[in-house]
Amino acid sequence: MADATIAFDESDARKTVRREKLFQRINRLGRWLDALGLAFVTPLLKIAAGDNVAEQLQELKRVLIIPLVGIVLFLGAWSVLAPQVKTSLGAIPGPLAVWEQAGVMWADYKAEQLKADDFYARQDERNAKYKEEGKLDRIKYRTYTGQPTYISQIATSLLTVGLGFLIATLIAVPLGIASGLSRTFNGAINPLIQIFKPVSPLAWLPIVTMIVAATYENPYDFMPKSLVISAVTVTLCSLWPTLINTALGVASIDKDLVNVGKVLQLSTWTTVRKLVLPSALPLIFTGLRLSLGVGWMVLIAAEMLAQNPGLGKFVWDEFQNGSSDSLARIMLAVFTIGIIGFVLDRIMYALQQAFTFSSNR
Amino acid sequence: MKVTKRTVLKFGSVVAAASLLPGVMPSARARAESLDVEKDELKLGFIKLTDMAPLAIAYEKGFFEDEGLFVTLEAQANWKVLLDRVITGELDGAHMLAGQPLAATIGFGTKAHIVTPFSMDLNGNAITVSNAIWEMMKEHVPTGDDGKPVHPIKADALKPVVDKYKTEGKPFNMGMVFPVSTHNYELRYWLASGGINPGFYSTSDISGQIKADALLSVTPPPQMPATLEAGTILGYCVGEPWNQAAVFKGIGVPVITDYEIWKNNPEKVFGMTAEFVEKNPNTVLALTKALIRAAMWLDENNNANREEAVQILSQPQYVGADAKVIANSMTGTFEYEKGDKRDVPDFNVFFRDNATYPFYSDAIWYLTQMRRWGQIPEYKDDSWYADTAKSVYKPDIYMQAAQLLIDEGKAKKEDFPFGSDGYRPPVPASDFIDGIAYDAKQPNAYIDAMKIGLKDHQVVDGTEIVNG
Repeated sequence: MADATIAFDESDARKTVRREKLFQRINRLGRWLDALGLAFVTPLLKIAAGDNVAEQLQELKRVLIIPLVGIVLFLGAWSVLAPQVKTSLGAIPGPLAVWEQAGVMWADYKAEQLKADDFYARQDERNAKYKEEGKLDRIKYRTYTGQPTYISQIATSLLTVGLGFLIATLIAVPLGIASGLSRTFNGAINPLIQIFKPVSPLAWLPIVTMIVAATYENPYDFMPKSLVISAVTVTLCSLWPTLINTALGVASIDKDLVNVGKVLQLSTWTTVRKLVLPSALPLIFTGLRLSLGVGWMVLIAAEMLAQNPGLGKFVWDEFQNGSSDSLARIMLAVFTIGIIGFVLDRIMYALQQAFTFSSNR
Repeated sequence: MKVTKRTVLKFGSVVAAASLLPGVMPSARARAESLDVEKDELKLGFIKLTDMAPLAIAYEKGFFEDEGLFVTLEAQANWKVLLDRVITGELDGAHMLAGQPLAATIGFGTKAHIVTPFSMDLNGNAITVSNAIWEMMKEHVPTGDDGKPVHPIKADALKPVVDKYKTEGKPFNMGMVFPVSTHNYELRYWLASGGINPGFYSTSDISGQIKADALLSVTPPPQMPATLEAGTILGYCVGEPWNQAAVFKGIGVPVITDYEIWKNNPEKVFGMTAEFVEKNPNTVLALTKALIRAAMWLDENNNANREEAVQILSQPQYVGADAKVIANSMTGTFEYEKGDKRDVPDFNVFFRDNATYPFYSDAIWYLTQMRRWGQIPEYKDDSWYADTAKSVYKPDIYMQAAQLLIDEGKAKKEDFPFGSDGYRPPVPASDFIDGIAYDAKQPNAYIDAMKIGLKDHQVVDGTEIVNG
């Protein structure tokens, strides 16, 4: 008997420990889920692991039910109010019409793919025939020249913003570190930052267009002029938050650390690598997150004005088309832009969290 | 993931479905060898208008591909951007207003030598006024036995309205699409035929509003209805679908089609730089062949393919307007006032009547109108008009392409004006709304016959006409 009790106790204790461990894991995971915008998974996991159900349901209500209610109310209000506004393109489309357009866009994308397949099939057929006839010089492999579909416009926009953001980061981080480390340098570039920061992308665009047209004369196939123009415009508008936050992060390093560095007589490069960057990272990422948000917003405007491929051009083209589906398509684009912006922001937030955790360890 | 026919059809997308129907597949490979083209990847520009149809059809029906050309079609923001991009070489060629290559070559606006081997269509435009203006005009328009206005409606009915605006000190603004556009000349022709002065251009003032009763300004075609709705302009002259769009939206009334101003007038051309044509003769021939085939397809069997063309044009990458709006004019009807639908079988002509042949006489008519309104500031003799037309319009390239198509068995000899000297027969007075006959061999006589406009050696000096 006694043996059994002891065994039971032991297994009980082990269970408790295991449970503790499990909850620790869930909590750790929870932080990540939170960063990724999936906070509602945590209470569900806890319920599954056998935590207090009522308590977790409260939590679930806060992170899942209430946001859902908000969305449902919004969709309801939209469905009711939209048909009451009559524009020259017909009534404003409700959620269903927009959803339907999403289906149409997907079908168009598929149809375009079919056309591309046909094109390549025809090309292979032609080339095979030339090969047979021995006219090897006439064999050609060309890419399909179809229309950009909605999906490819999204891809173009993402590529453009990615390129612009990359250039912005490469410029802003070193400048930010320099101005954080040196008061003199900071004093020199501060007025410029203050002047250029509020300038709208639409003002930069003509200047960028002219300069790119003059300097980038032989475009590579994978990087057409239009892409460079949009990307540089994004850069000019989105580098400021990174620059300012980096400078701030670098300037606010623990003085003790700096002193240790001085005692050890570290070179500037080592100081930056070992001391400055690790402690400034959280703020740098805060800056990057802001920059990416600004960049995405600016990109759409730039594409619209410059008629460069991407979601902005899609919106403008649809506005010009003025068909009865145009408004629904533009709204679809608005949601697409919003959702992509949200996802980009979450990715940056997750990265920021990752670096904040590591710097707090 | 492979997509079956069924999944695509389930989505109910007309476009997707259309591309799967057997009749829509590009024709069987040409048996004839395609030309050895110097440049096979081409980027061509267009403006979202119904008359870009030959380009869309040549692409969708595989005519470009038959000629060994891989073409990307790209909509442009406006005519100026389109022209600039052709000049800089970003575009290899483009759908252009007939006046654009001529104006560029003689240096009005941007100077560059642009040539055209292919005229894209006849007619296709109309003049639309806002509902309020139409109400005022209507009092002066005679009605027929059926209670409907008698057509063609002359600008005489608009004159009292313009005069009323003038006495009240309000500007009478109208929109057209470009200073050297067919629309500008047609709108001016119509206004002037009713005694309304549309204004002159001079070397120092290129607004075109000197001495004007009606102030014309540039508005991009797709923005016409919105600008009319906003009240910025009171009327406009534009191609389809933007006149029918005003009817559908209930914001304006088309009063006259350009077919009624000048029967079968030339409208758009396919333009390229002279340099490109010189460097790539085979490419240009191949392009011309593909475009001739597209034009033939558009008009064959008494417009049997127009319905399908409308479906293609309504795709967002081409014109993008609703199919029913485009269909109106493309299928030979035109709605004036809401509910007043009339047959205009020749509203869009793409091939018949030698629509695609680049006649010198067409070029000369545009030059006479440029001279008439002061865009050509000084007197030029008759031979200058002929020489300028010859440096821009290239019927020999067109005939070469036609001959190749005939040899391949894709076209009929009788459809082409073999042996033509490049001039259409003189246009009889009855084909013009103001009843003035036009003989392209005597441009100066024609210019002098106009009621309003610069004549002979007249020039615009400041705000006055001198030497008259």
